[in-house]
Amino acid sequence: MSAGEATAQAIPRPRRLPPPLACIGLAIVAIGLIMALLGPFLARHGAGELISERPFPAASWALPFGGDHLGRDVLSRLLHAAPVTIGLALGATTVGFVIGLTVGFFTAEVRGRTDTMITWILDILVSFPPKLIALIAIAGLGSSLPILIATLGFVHAPRVARVARAVAMNISAMDFVEAARARGESVLAVMVREIWPSARRPMAVEFGLRVTFSILVLSSLSFLGLGVQPPMTDWGSMVRENMSGIFLGTPAALIPALAIGILTVGINLVIDWIGGSSGRRLTEELSR
Amino acid sequence: MASLVLGRLLLGAVTLLVASLLVFAGTQALPGDVTTAILGNEATPETRAALVERLGLDHPIHVQYFEWAGRFLRGDLGLSLVNDVPVSRLLDLRLKNTFILALATIIVVVPLSLFLGLLCAAYPNGRLDSSISVVSLFLISLPEFLVGIILVLLFAVYWSVLPATSISGFRSFEHLVRALVLPVLTLTFAILAHMVRMTRAAMLEVMRAPYIEMALLKGASRSRIVLRHALPNALGPIINVIALNLGYLISGVVVVEVIFAYPGLGKLLVEAIGNRDLPLLQAVALIMVAAYIVFTLLADIVARLSNPRLRFKQ
Amino acid sequence: MRPVLEIAGLVVRADDGKGSWIDTIRNVDLTVSAGEVVALIGESGAGKSTVALAALGYARPGTRLVEGRILFDGQDVRALDERGLRRLRGRDASYVAQSAQDALNPAIPIGAQIAEPLLIHGIASGTEAEARIASLIGLLDLPVGIVTRFPHQASGGQQQRIMLAMAMACAPRLLVLDEPTTALDVTTQIEVLKAIRTAIRGQGSAAIYVSHDLAVVAQIADRIVVMRHGAIVEQGPTAEIVERPKQPYTVTLIDAVRPRDRRLAREAPRGPAPLLALRGVNASYEQQGWFGPARGGNKVLRDIDLTVGKGEVLAVVGESGSGKSTLARVVAGLHPRLSGDIALAGTTLADRVRRRPLEQRRRIQIIFQSPDLSLNPEERVGEIIGRPRQLYFNEARTNRDAHTDRLLDMVGLPPSYERRFPAELSGGERQRVAIARAFAAEPDLILCDEILSSLDVVIAAQILELMRELKRKSSVAYLFISHDLVTVAQIADRIAVLYAGTVLELGATSAVFTPPHHPYTALLMAAVPQLRRGWLDDAFKLRGPTAQRRAAPTGCPFQPRCPLAIPGLCERELPPLREQTSGHAIRCHRSDAELRQAQTSPVQTSPN
Repeated sequence: MSAGEATAQAIPRPRRLPPPLACIGLAIVAIGLIMALLGPFLARHGAGELISERPFPAASWALPFGGDHLGRDVLSRLLHAAPVTIGLALGATTVGFVIGLTVGFFTAEVRGRTDTMITWILDILVSFPPKLIALIAIAGLGSSLPILIATLGFVHAPRVARVARAVAMNISAMDFVEAARARGESVLAVMVREIWPSARRPMAVEFGLRVTFSILVLSSLSFLGLGVQPPMTDWGSMVRENMSGIFLGTPAALIPALAIGILTVGINLVIDWIGGSSGRRLTEELSR
Repeated sequence: MASLVLGRLLLGAVTLLVASLLVFAGTQALPGDVTTAILGNEATPETRAALVERLGLDHPIHVQYFEWAGRFLRGDLGLSLVNDVPVSRLLDLRLKNTFILALATIIVVVPLSLFLGLLCAAYPNGRLDSSISVVSLFLISLPEFLVGIILVLLFAVYWSVLPATSISGFRSFEHLVRALVLPVLTLTFAILAHMVRMTRAAMLEVMRAPYIEMALLKGASRSRIVLRHALPNALGPIINVIALNLGYLISGVVVVEVIFAYPGLGKLLVEAIGNRDLPLLQAVALIMVAAYIVFTLLADIVARLSNPRLRFKQ
Repeated sequence: MRPVLEIAGLVVRADDGKGSWIDTIRNVDLTVSAGEVVALIGESGAGKSTVALAALGYARPGTRLVEGRILFDGQDVRALDERGLRRLRGRDASYVAQSAQDALNPAIPIGAQIAEPLLIHGIASGTEAEARIASLIGLLDLPVGIVTRFPHQASGGQQQRIMLAMAMACAPRLLVLDEPTTALDVTTQIEVLKAIRTAIRGQGSAAIYVSHDLAVVAQIADRIVVMRHGAIVEQGPTAEIVERPKQPYTVTLIDAVRPRDRRLAREAPRGPAPLLALRGVNASYEQQGWFGPARGGNKVLRDIDLTVGKGEVLAVVGESGSGKSTLARVVAGLHPRLSGDIALAGTTLADRVRRRPLEQRRRIQIIFQSPDLSLNPEERVGEIIGRPRQLYFNEARTNRDAHTDRLLDMVGLPPSYERRFPAELSGGERQRVAIARAFAAEPDLILCDEILSSLDVVIAAQILELMRELKRKSSVAYLFISHDLVTVAQIADRIAVLYAGTVLELGATSAVFTPPHHPYTALLMAAVPQLRRGWLDDAFKLRGPTAQRRAAPTGCPFQPRCPLAIPGLCERELPPLREQTSGHAIRCHRSDAELRQAQTSPVQTSPN
């Protein structure tokens, strides 16, 4: 039988457009990524360029979102800050995710005493309030970009590891994994060929949740003045700079705060779609 | 069963020990010259030496830890470096304020979120359930300062009905209530969404069980199914999420306290970091971690006790 | 007299998961008279449960009652509102679910659950309710103290009877029983079946009994309704359906219960060295302790001595918890053994599969119970079958494809299936893929771990036939693990009967089926449901002195349940595996003559 015939006989997997909320989420995430990659090139003005003499100039054609406390263009600064906010979050999440995933999968497959030991350590690490870890670390070590990434990675890693372990344990209890072990597949082959393909979806959901969390924590740190330091800017520090404008009724602080909110809502809409109703419970529990 | 509780208590104790080590390492054992960090570059050698003496910095690091931990256990939290006030005095008021804020929020949030979560579970995938889950998905994604800013803009700036900051809030009970409204509202938004979603998820998980179908086929009413048959089995995760948020209210409200200039623990922590006030920083951090750990620990034990499978062996 | 239930022209529609609706029940009529027991039988997916639940005005989530009339006592159930339905359910019509373990609320004490329908419907409360519960508990032979316990503290058979008590609480006019004994062991099934029959007869309730097992149904039902693909195939009085079925499908169902020739029995080839030899194998479920090795309590396997010859089929038969699956896993190197030796063709096998050389791993393959779980859902059939060729023979892609086609053909699947995912196959087809994967390694021994028990009877019969056919074509040996003596009789050369990790009887198939038997084997044989009327009563008599379930820690493990136990001896001393004729051995203190005398009745020894 020819290959063509075989393909024709195979049952097609139905493809449909994602539901409307997921489409909105996907669009938001796409725009966020474009801003992260091209933001600084799209900006009309430099990050530190003073457009107006007065603080908080009103919105106009030239300044679509108005100006900030030093009279700089909010839109341009938003674009300049995008790579910092999104890049830092992705970086920190990736660090925590790679470590957590490795540890989690490893403990799930070795079992026994090593597993008990590592799970115990993870339980201890997870019982620290995340924001406090970040604050103490930054108080002690200062807030350079590598420290921010490492600190947040340290916050993520044990949490990701717990989720990864639970996911891998569920899959590795299945008979098809047992069948692979009975064949004599190596530990690595079992993880890569058997466990990982079924773990992809829940772990993608977990990654999304972790990115959201990173964005929120990093923004909070910057808002407190403990995150990204001038002259570099992220959206959180833009909120901080312009807080005094709030009482004058200007939107300069609201705009970057909204940008953060829209981006995280977008990511969560996508996650909600990917995760469906299953597999969410585990991760949502840890999302704070 | 008893071993189960003992095991958790042991874990809690070890966690606290590790926490104290971490706090100590993160603060006292700073890299670089601590005296410079504290006193700045202009300090004279004499003042530096005095500081080294006072902090016991000339002792080996593990001795320093034990001295510190020992003092802490005796209730001696030391003097604040900024104005030589005993740390315990600074803490006293702030702790009370944070407690008031947390309590006010909990009183609002817990019943509300349980009610909404159970309502969602009673009519799953109905119009109410769908809208609550979409709205809560939005709310859970928003940074606290965005909610705070919007509330300030609306209530303090445009309508001018409530104070934007809490500084003047402690002169009378009425002031206090007015000052609390916006911070509590902000925290409510942040926590409510999380708790409703968790309650709903835990309940829906249970509502899929065959014994729920069985209850339905016994002729049980909707409220009986939800309250008598589903809720007891969903109690574990619900208790855990309440505790998680209680812990958050003690240790994670920094941003909200800063926005509203609310004189609580979180704001004190930020001030201590800004001033490099080590004894203060250590005390606040340790209290926060301890509160968080104790809450999760208690919740874990209560949740386990709520499960008859763990309470009674076969 | 007006019938209790009248269903006419029922159509149920189900969401197929892709956004469209399909009719799962098409135009079904069903009438149940007062006090009548009607059985709905058919394979899974035939719509039996759906029809039965419709009697309660209930359609599971994702399904809808779209057409037809459901009259309960003349009252239109479909026209009832939520309150009306609540009044009907649990009071006039009640439900017993398949798995009591899942259908009892784990957080509510048993007594409160039994009493609940009484409280909900305002029929009784307080001491009145307590008296009612006490009488139900007595009727169903449950221990009195059970009311204050929680469901997880009761045994499987007890849980099922608790649910029955709950359903009987309000003395309903109609009882809907949805596969109430399917999840149970055969010996437990007898007790529950007996309880169900007693309960129904005692109360004079009408009942709908849903089952896939014609033999079970024959003991209980007045009338049998055969369903297939959402429609009724045939219906009539029990005796008529069993003895004079009209439709070919009904005949197939009956054939699947009534085994044909069970002798495949050639005398097992006895070479000098067996292919597989287990010597004194012990295993336990205890995890490795923190300090030193486990303290070996809770043994799942005790001193197992077994051999499998080249090309031989050795069946290991036992109920759940007998350790039979652990045995397969120990041989496969998936479960550690505490002590003992396992040799393949004279060479000792390492404890763990990863320490065995590739060639040894190739020679032993395993097929699991549920093909839904044993195939990687993310791989295509071609990759699944091709992997052993790649792993063991390092075979190139093109060669592998040729082999895959041949293997698919061998298990009766078209080559186009190569590109499908497991989710796109039926249960039987998936098990065929799993079989093809095992044969891809060209093994000497295949461990078959309950490979039929998750399949419908008709499909299971086909898979069994396939296994026999493949066996004839090659020199492969099977270690065939099963809970089902009848099935095993159709494929095994020799049978080992396992109870609580101990081999109680071992011998050629024909020898095991001829008296004398070990008392446990006799019980197992009697417990296999038979179409014959009166089987249930016979089996119930043989069930042993108590409802004691737990295996004895010392002495003969079967002693607490044994009708022939010798007081003072059996609970102290484990009898030796006593060889009587060549190759047939029984582990019992009773002599052959004593056993034979107790087992003279021919009905108890023949599965027919």
